[in-house]
Amino acid sequence: MELPPYATLGQRVWHYTFLVICGLIFFFLIAPILTIIPLSFNAENFFTFTPGMLAFDPDAYSLRHYEDFFTNSQWQAAMWNSIKIAPVATLISVALGTLAAVGLSQSHVPFRRAIMAILISPMIVPLIISAAGMYFFYSRLGMQGTYWGVVLAHAALGIPFVIITVTATLVGFDRSLTRASANLGAGPVRTFFKVQMPLILPGVISGGLFAFITSFDEVVVVLFVGSAGQKTLPWQMFIGLREQISPTILAVATILVILSIMLLTGVELLRRRSEKMRGLSPG
Amino acid sequence: MSSATGPDAFTGATPDNAIRDADRAGKSGGAMLAADGTPLKASLAKSLRAQKLRALALIAPLLIFIMVTFIAPIADMLFRSVENDIVSQTLPRTVVELDRWDGEGVPDEQTFRALGADLMVASELKNHTRLGSRLNYETTGVSSLFRQTGRDVDDLGEIYADQFIDLNEAWEEPSTWMSLMADPAWIENHEAWAAQEDEDETPEPRFRVSPTAQQALPRTARLFSQFATIIQTEDEDSPTEEEPWNIVYQALYEDLTGGYDAGAYGGDIQALLANAAEAAASFEQMNVRDFFVEEIDEDWADPQVWGTIEAFSSPYTAGYFLSAIDMQLTPQGIEAQPEDQQIYMLLFQRTMFMSMTIMISCILLGYPIAFLLSNLPLRTSNLLLILVLLPFWTSLLVRTSAWKVLLQQQGVINDILVWIGLVADGNRLELINNQTGTIIAMTHILLPFMILPLYSVMKTIPPHYVRAAKSLGATNWTAFWRVYFPQSIPGIGAGSILVFILSIGYYITPEIVGGTTGTFISNRIAYHISTSLNWGLAAALGSILLAFVLLLYYLYDRIVGIDNVSLG
Repeated sequence: MELPPYATLGQRVWHYTFLVICGLIFFFLIAPILTIIPLSFNAENFFTFTPGMLAFDPDAYSLRHYEDFFTNSQWQAAMWNSIKIAPVATLISVALGTLAAVGLSQSHVPFRRAIMAILISPMIVPLIISAAGMYFFYSRLGMQGTYWGVVLAHAALGIPFVIITVTATLVGFDRSLTRASANLGAGPVRTFFKVQMPLILPGVISGGLFAFITSFDEVVVVLFVGSAGQKTLPWQMFIGLREQISPTILAVATILVILSIMLLTGVELLRRRSEKMRGLSPG
Repeated sequence: MSSATGPDAFTGATPDNAIRDADRAGKSGGAMLAADGTPLKASLAKSLRAQKLRALALIAPLLIFIMVTFIAPIADMLFRSVENDIVSQTLPRTVVELDRWDGEGVPDEQTFRALGADLMVASELKNHTRLGSRLNYETTGVSSLFRQTGRDVDDLGEIYADQFIDLNEAWEEPSTWMSLMADPAWIENHEAWAAQEDEDETPEPRFRVSPTAQQALPRTARLFSQFATIIQTEDEDSPTEEEPWNIVYQALYEDLTGGYDAGAYGGDIQALLANAAEAAASFEQMNVRDFFVEEIDEDWADPQVWGTIEAFSSPYTAGYFLSAIDMQLTPQGIEAQPEDQQIYMLLFQRTMFMSMTIMISCILLGYPIAFLLSNLPLRTSNLLLILVLLPFWTSLLVRTSAWKVLLQQQGVINDILVWIGLVADGNRLELINNQTGTIIAMTHILLPFMILPLYSVMKTIPPHYVRAAKSLGATNWTAFWRVYFPQSIPGIGAGSILVFILSIGYYITPEIVGGTTGTFISNRIAYHISTSLNWGLAAALGSILLAFVLLLYYLYDRIVGIDNVSLG
């Protein structure tokens, strides 16, 4: 993107205009998320910058919305529900998903394309349709409005992510390692846990992180499949946004942004580690 | 071991040579043997089969899991969009009688008698209101008609009950009805049950009607058996202690006056029945049709109501799908909904239009970014990529709340515009609760899904093509438009389909920032599930949307391939 020294004036103008346009688009991408962080420290119950905040008056900032989040029983109940649902759903997705991904990566799998299409389908079907179907079907089974109903629904939604990341990791897997392990006397189970698993672990964990964020972030399905007893954090935020909007939402949002930055870093580190282990990238 | 010939440089025991040897050996008659003495081909086939089975065994648990938790619900939804057994289950007799109706005028007395019996049973089971609200989706007013009828239907047949009881008091006694109707085996069971000390512990055996009664008095037997079952299940009483409904007497009257076979019973019962049959011929009669039309509600004379019942009497219906495309199933056939009730085509069009707009905005905003990222040195572009990935990873609710806060009339964007002086304070822009709000917020939310596939395609475009074009005299614009852009089209295709698929099914964001004009078809589906409780219509709308998404997904698979879905 360097401008050659012989560029004409028109080219220069266009080059810088292009950079400004890109800058504006980046601003569009990131500004909304960054704006809510200072707003969450607002001392008033407003959703905009007060004159005091613009003048950097320390009194205009406060932690009261965070305090509200950590003391309000509704928000706390929602937080605990999220903490109870997401890890269990993730565990189911990862356990079943990894096993199936290992199966799918074998050289001779009958109906591979059809199976893959079915396993990926929860990611393709619009959430509202999944939610509607699950609501109808789970009410027939009496699982609508139960903890396990929500957990199983979320596990199903997280599975495509595990399948995709783990099969991608297995593409570069050196099969002679399992043969060597079998040659040395290890059974298939031992080979899986001692040889294959450590090598594909980065892929498994990043698939797990995707599955976790899917469940933790999910609101449409839980809205229909769950009942008041399974009210999760996104659900509570959804209610808050629709009915009684309070700046506590911004405090929660800020906490979630920090959480997603942590997850993003985690996935990125795992990706690099996995590529290094498979020798795909030098650095 | 024979040696390999031709291009194979290796001689001796390579797998290829072994297979070729086995082939040759097989052709010449003597089979090549594996170490355990079985023919090599069979042994290889066996191990291949074992491998396939092992792979399937690993996949099976997940496949079953997805089938149960995900595919079955989707299938259930598709089924619900055509399922319609409520009419034929609630009004079984009426549906049969209606076959004779020609669609003109009011059905005959026979049909009204069947309707009376069906509604009596339904009102005891409290099913008639459900049926009423189902049919109300098709013809307004049916719901209140059914509720009203449910209240009055008790009186039907009272005139016959009184006459039977006047004739002989025994007709009032539940015991008479038991000996007339109950299966002898059931009576034995019941006596054994009644003789128990703790009869409250075990439930009373379920009533069974006797074959004799079914044959001799078919209508009475059917209705009485329903009466007995309802007494047992709904009221938790015993049919041995309750006088039957009035309408059972009417059924008895119909049976006795219409070709009754006197020889089926013996003893006292025969005498009682013979007496009743003789007297019934001169009973004061009651016209059920007049009772319905004049006493209960004159709407029962409306062919529209009957037409609706008939149109929805089959166990499957296209009615929900027709409603979903603004048509309706009327007694006269399929026709368009009245102008003021046509909303779904408009909603589908709006969903398409807004998804297109969002897709195009994503292309316009995503293309420069992807271009910039793919032309910068790796270190810088990785850094800038974080700015794309951070929104991608941030909770959807967080991004939606951010836009709700920013776009409000008293929100940050309007504040800034007023402060700059672009907009007068009293004239703040309406950016939320309309289409503008939905388009802005969803473009922001879906932009990473456009940038990432575009970027991965652009990264693979070799830079020297553009350089070659320029060295051959192309201007910057020609080099871009004729050389670079065509090579980036696969990325645009992949990103566009992805964004489009995601946006037509969106629910949360339109619900929060869309107001009434910026909502999608998914919001209507949610409304029918949780507010209007018209599940069939919700299922039909969902099925149409699903079919559309699957079509797009098929295109995506053709253009990009499912296996190439990459995450971040």
